[in-house]
Amino acid sequence: MNLSLGPLLYYWSRDDVLAFYDEAKRWPVARVYLGESVCSRRHLLRLPDWLALAEQLAAAGKEVVLSTQTLVESESDLKTLRRLVSDGRFLVEANEWGAVRLLSGAGAPFIAGSTLNVYNPETLGVLAELGARRWLPPVEMSRATLASLLEQVPDGMETEVFAYGRLPLAYSARCFTARHYNLPKDDCQFRCLDHPDGLALATREGEPFLTLNGIQTQSAGVYTLIGELPALRDLGVVSLRLSPQSRHMERVIDAFRAALAGEARAAEKLARVMPGPAVDGYWHGRAGLDHSAARLA
Amino acid sequence: MPLDLICPAGSLVSLKAAIDHGADAVYMGFRDNTNARAFPGLNFDETQAAEGLRYAHDRGRKVLLALNTYPQPDTWTRWTDAVDRAAKLGMDAVILADAGLMRYAVKQHPHLRLHLSVQGSATSYEAVNFYREHFGIQRAVLPRVLSLPQVENVVKHTDAEIELFGFGGLCVMVEGRCLLSSYCTGESPNSAGVCSPAKAVQWTDTPAGLESRLNGVLLDRYGKGEKAGYPTLCKGRFEVGGETYYAIEEPTSLNTLDLLPEMLKIGIAAIKIEGRQRSPAYVAQVTKVWRAAIDAVKKNADGFKPAPAWQAELNKLSEGQSHTLGAYHRPWK
Repeated sequence: MNLSLGPLLYYWSRDDVLAFYDEAKRWPVARVYLGESVCSRRHLLRLPDWLALAEQLAAAGKEVVLSTQTLVESESDLKTLRRLVSDGRFLVEANEWGAVRLLSGAGAPFIAGSTLNVYNPETLGVLAELGARRWLPPVEMSRATLASLLEQVPDGMETEVFAYGRLPLAYSARCFTARHYNLPKDDCQFRCLDHPDGLALATREGEPFLTLNGIQTQSAGVYTLIGELPALRDLGVVSLRLSPQSRHMERVIDAFRAALAGEARAAEKLARVMPGPAVDGYWHGRAGLDHSAARLA
Repeated sequence: MPLDLICPAGSLVSLKAAIDHGADAVYMGFRDNTNARAFPGLNFDETQAAEGLRYAHDRGRKVLLALNTYPQPDTWTRWTDAVDRAAKLGMDAVILADAGLMRYAVKQHPHLRLHLSVQGSATSYEAVNFYREHFGIQRAVLPRVLSLPQVENVVKHTDAEIELFGFGGLCVMVEGRCLLSSYCTGESPNSAGVCSPAKAVQWTDTPAGLESRLNGVLLDRYGKGEKAGYPTLCKGRFEVGGETYYAIEEPTSLNTLDLLPEMLKIGIAAIKIEGRQRSPAYVAQVTKVWRAAIDAVKKNADGFKPAPAWQAELNKLSEGQSHTLGAYHRPWK
């Protein structure tokens, strides 16, 4: 089992993004997902910039995957998608079915992202026939459901699981960050830049609940499967996706490396650098915001 | 036929109300989690479905069956059985979201008409055409996230018919891509066919006001004189940056009567009314207004203006008694 650095879901300054991936070159991750998968208005890095980064990371020995936009709305979104698919140098993660159409049409092997909603082996079979080599279950899928599905996993299909980070839960036409600032989406003034780990949403009694990230809504809780590595290994999962955060990403990766090496205190290491409370309810077939350790305590 | 009126049938009584008041077609679900309104007391068993079909077909109308949740591995045959039953009953179409289930339907029932559900999250013509090429879908229902010019661009680039939501509850998230409900309660539309399920709802009268909770999470608190609505997760009031407000969406409904001439011009095949969970009286009233409006726009698109009485009637029925054009009208975004 190895580690994957998921696509950056937030909007950071160009310098911060470049610095982040410069460091990523020496992090012990097998692969890096690159590209803007959340909002088409985010433009500080455009496709040629991502491709240049991809070259650098590949030269540093990483497997590079380009992630497509999850919500495709306009012709210009499709133009970007076509350019990304036709580049052909790197593997692509398809995050909606339009990308699947283009990738399979080009005869390119691809990664089936979690928003393709693969809930059963038949759908995974469809994707395998179209050229998917690796897939990610929906983030809400439990261990038990994943185990059932994997009993009929297509030959050669690799499974990657979202194992760390705030959960991407929903996508909208509306931008909730712009809404917070009373700005229209078309003139959002790129306020996401002020929130490198998203904008916290709490209930009226101050309980952290969700995180607003432009058109994407994430959990406030930080999903972590660091305590579930034996179960993940038993299932045949080949890679764990760690979702970027603005601070201490290297320490997150180190904690997972330590856990993979069987170190007992890895979870404690991780707890010190998490930007919010841990959650793992989805994995146990419960509400996503549940946390097993909290229940046992 | 452009601008068919597709109305919700949560029960046989609602189905008859919709047909009697002018629906061109109704959509229904079986009584389990194979559809995205898997609510207790709602939906059809096989006998009722057969009776509903007879009622509609006798009057020259159609019945569509929503099988639009994502089949789970252990219960896969529940979904395939439902497809088989739909074919046997003579449903005019099944509305599917899952690619694997589509493949099954095409193989087993090549003559069964397939519609792509809004839960399939297809927001571009590339996605719609994927389903059309691989499974021969005849129609796609678009998520409530595109502006009308974007919808028009989809219509121009696909042979599939396009159906739009016209009225009713407003999903602010891309349908099929929203897990807020399972994050809070363990059950989502995708996997359980419910959003913000009633069994997780709790109302408490407190000194600070009436509180609504979903699985213990405070969604809203209502002061004296404030009208409390059903606690749908995305329509609660939350705190962001020290402000308390409807951070995601106000409790408002979608109402696109004003856009009917444009929808006709673009070539929209059908308008869907949301609300299988609503009462037969609601279905009757909404169907009546929309029938009159669609007839009027077809007669004279250029001179079409929604009658004040229609809007007043629909406003009375709307959630929060207000309505929006949603994403079809760009400034809403």
